[in-house]
Amino acid sequence: MATVKFSIYRYDPDKDDKPYMQDISVELEPIDRKLLDAMVKLKAKDDSLAFRRSCREGVCGSDAMNINGKNGLACLTDMDSLAQPIVLRPLPGLPVVRDLIVDMTQFFKQYHSIKPYLINNDPAPERERLQSPEDREELNGLYECILCACCSTSCPSFWWNPDKFVGPAGLLAAYRFLADTRDQATNERLDNLEDPYRLFRCHSIMNCVDVCPKGLNPTKAIGKIKDMMVRRAV
Amino acid sequence: MNIPVHKYDAVIVGAGGAGLRAAIQLSEAGLKTAVLSKVFPTRSHTVAAQGGVAASLGNSEEDHWHWHMYDTVKGSDWLGDQDAIEFMCRKANEVVVELEHYGMPFDRLDNGKIYQRPFGGHMSNFGERPVRRSCAAADRTGHAMLHAMYQRNVKANTQFFVEWMALDLIRDVDGTVLGVTAMEMETGEIHIFHAKATLFATGGAGRIFHSSTNAFINTGDGLGMAARAGIPLEDMEFWQFHPTGVAGAGVLITEGVRGEGGILRNSSGERFMERYAPNAKDLASRDVVSRAMATEIKEGRGCGPNKDYVLLDITHLEPATIMKRLPGIREIAIQFAGVDPIKTPIPVVPTCHYQMGGIPTNYSGRVVIPQGGDYNVPVMGFYAAGECACASVHGANRLGTNSLLDLLVFGKSSGETMVDDIKAMPASHRELPKDAADLSLARIARLDGQKSGENVHEVRLAMQRTMQGHAGVFRFKNLLAEGVEMISQVEERVKRTEIKDKSQVWNTARTEALELENLIEVAKATMVSANGRTESRGAHVRDDAVDTPEHPDGRNDQEWLKHTLWFRDGNRLDYKPVNMKPLTVETIALKKRAY
Repeated sequence: MATVKFSIYRYDPDKDDKPYMQDISVELEPIDRKLLDAMVKLKAKDDSLAFRRSCREGVCGSDAMNINGKNGLACLTDMDSLAQPIVLRPLPGLPVVRDLIVDMTQFFKQYHSIKPYLINNDPAPERERLQSPEDREELNGLYECILCACCSTSCPSFWWNPDKFVGPAGLLAAYRFLADTRDQATNERLDNLEDPYRLFRCHSIMNCVDVCPKGLNPTKAIGKIKDMMVRRAV
Repeated sequence: MNIPVHKYDAVIVGAGGAGLRAAIQLSEAGLKTAVLSKVFPTRSHTVAAQGGVAASLGNSEEDHWHWHMYDTVKGSDWLGDQDAIEFMCRKANEVVVELEHYGMPFDRLDNGKIYQRPFGGHMSNFGERPVRRSCAAADRTGHAMLHAMYQRNVKANTQFFVEWMALDLIRDVDGTVLGVTAMEMETGEIHIFHAKATLFATGGAGRIFHSSTNAFINTGDGLGMAARAGIPLEDMEFWQFHPTGVAGAGVLITEGVRGEGGILRNSSGERFMERYAPNAKDLASRDVVSRAMATEIKEGRGCGPNKDYVLLDITHLEPATIMKRLPGIREIAIQFAGVDPIKTPIPVVPTCHYQMGGIPTNYSGRVVIPQGGDYNVPVMGFYAAGECACASVHGANRLGTNSLLDLLVFGKSSGETMVDDIKAMPASHRELPKDAADLSLARIARLDGQKSGENVHEVRLAMQRTMQGHAGVFRFKNLLAEGVEMISQVEERVKRTEIKDKSQVWNTARTEALELENLIEVAKATMVSANGRTESRGAHVRDDAVDTPEHPDGRNDQEWLKHTLWFRDGNRLDYKPVNMKPLTVETIALKKRAY
């Protein structure tokens, strides 16, 4: 059993005038390996601590937060990798609803803006559309995104222009469809991004790559979209 | 109190695979549809499914829906309804191909067709040898599927109410279902969703057990709501313990690992499944493998310092195969077991995974209840699909990859049924009863006013430990009887839970307290149903129902070839016949189950 110290961003608009940092500690067992395990214990102690969580295995994307200054998923963060006091804050750049829960409307609005669905206007064949293993492999590193928003909320361009810049998660999704041999809307998709803000606010500082809990590389995908635009222009 | 009322043609509760598949059907038919979900749709637990979805596409070798049907009936230990099973297996190709058309990134064979891998209990030619039937996107099939279906719903302009928790079912004096009450989690406000057709697609309730592969959100909300509204729950004694949960953490390791050649070993390195299932070995049905593992551990052949797990070994596979077909598993093993499976076997234990029972439905997705001698009378306006429903295709034990198939087939069929039913209904909604929101308001008021009550976390833990100790992989007569008593004691504690958080904004303490009120209904149904069934069948195996010539493996078809129905009112049990008659083919006759 070990005592672990936390400093946690708290804000309940129902009773707090302004946010504050709460110092709190919790007793942990060796089995509490992940930050989420510790937070569940914290919540048993103080049930007012609000955060999202679901799958606890890094695939649903619910428990993204800012952990000791870096965005990540609580369920995939090892306790023994963290210096104390462990400082937990909500994802930066989005409005805070309560404690560690942010309003993700703007994030999903940008995701939706890239038409995140396959567009193929041919009549549907009776069987599956064919795709070679090599063509399918182009989707690896793209389709695995869990929409946790760690990337977009670590991106200064998204902080300044969340309404105009699609952000790394949305652009990764855009390239996921551009790269799919079954999709027919390449030109329409590129038109949709040809704008001083939507795509070109990315300045390749790669914060997104640094924080992605799934090891994906939005900067590379964005580069590929830029390449496609250049190739289309010539 | 003035409760806001939203009027829709259809309301769907739950935005996992079944809810999203039904929503596609309703939105594309142009009906006004609301989908309510506690979490953003892509966070639903379908996202965690790994290994694949069954369909007899025959892309790698000959396959047939009839063989798939045979495997499913046998897997169910003959408790599945053969009409529903034929329906599902025949529809499999169609729904999987549709998913591909929606954009799902299935893995591919060299000829460009969907990649298929072997899975437990899937055999060719009526049980002869393993067949490649599981259509997979690496080991992230559920994630790829859920996202593809959410994306299709974005295209179809489906209206989502994200982070709304449904609280109670609304029925009028005739018993017709008129929608649900729901709480907006951000504001704590209670609203009414008034609908002509209401679908429950609320998923499972694996969180009744202490050790579970299930997400925190899997709290059986649909089952709790249905039970409180007088709907019985079917076959709740049947819970699947997945053979390979990461020891200690509970996180799932797909059966696809064994499909790709993984082997289970005991402390002496022996491939023990050869003794239990000489033909299918590591790819026997899940209940068979879980029991074999539990037996190895019980008899002292477990691994580790406490001899309390076995090892899942893939160190003999090519690292390239692991990286290509099982990349997510490697991540999970490193994250949660602290081993790289390329070099070191993964410690695994049987872990609660799936609820075979649920809200009784027929294969059209209509909820059916006993009434005046007929066991399957539809409840007007009420539908259910996916893990919360019991069609019943899984019977006493589900085959791997049939869960994703279930949610596709019955998500679609319930959506189609709802479209037809709504079109045949009058233009105006039936009138809401005056007390439509009273139960929900009373539940909230009780919580808000509770003084010196019990901590939700502790009561939940007491429930989970009771379920784990008294209704696990092996069941014992005396422990079940004791369990029934203990669970009713826990129920009394659930009635007195207290939360310190009184905020209206994102009050997760309140959500958890409300979830516990749903979980306890499922726990009671499970314990009472398990105590009632005095035979062994599929996932339900009792010490007092053992292998005899008359009752092979303790299965007693003379007395127990029937579905359990549990009623909340009076904590009472009833039974209904299994439908042994398929739609077009001959009955798959009763037989001793061996792999």
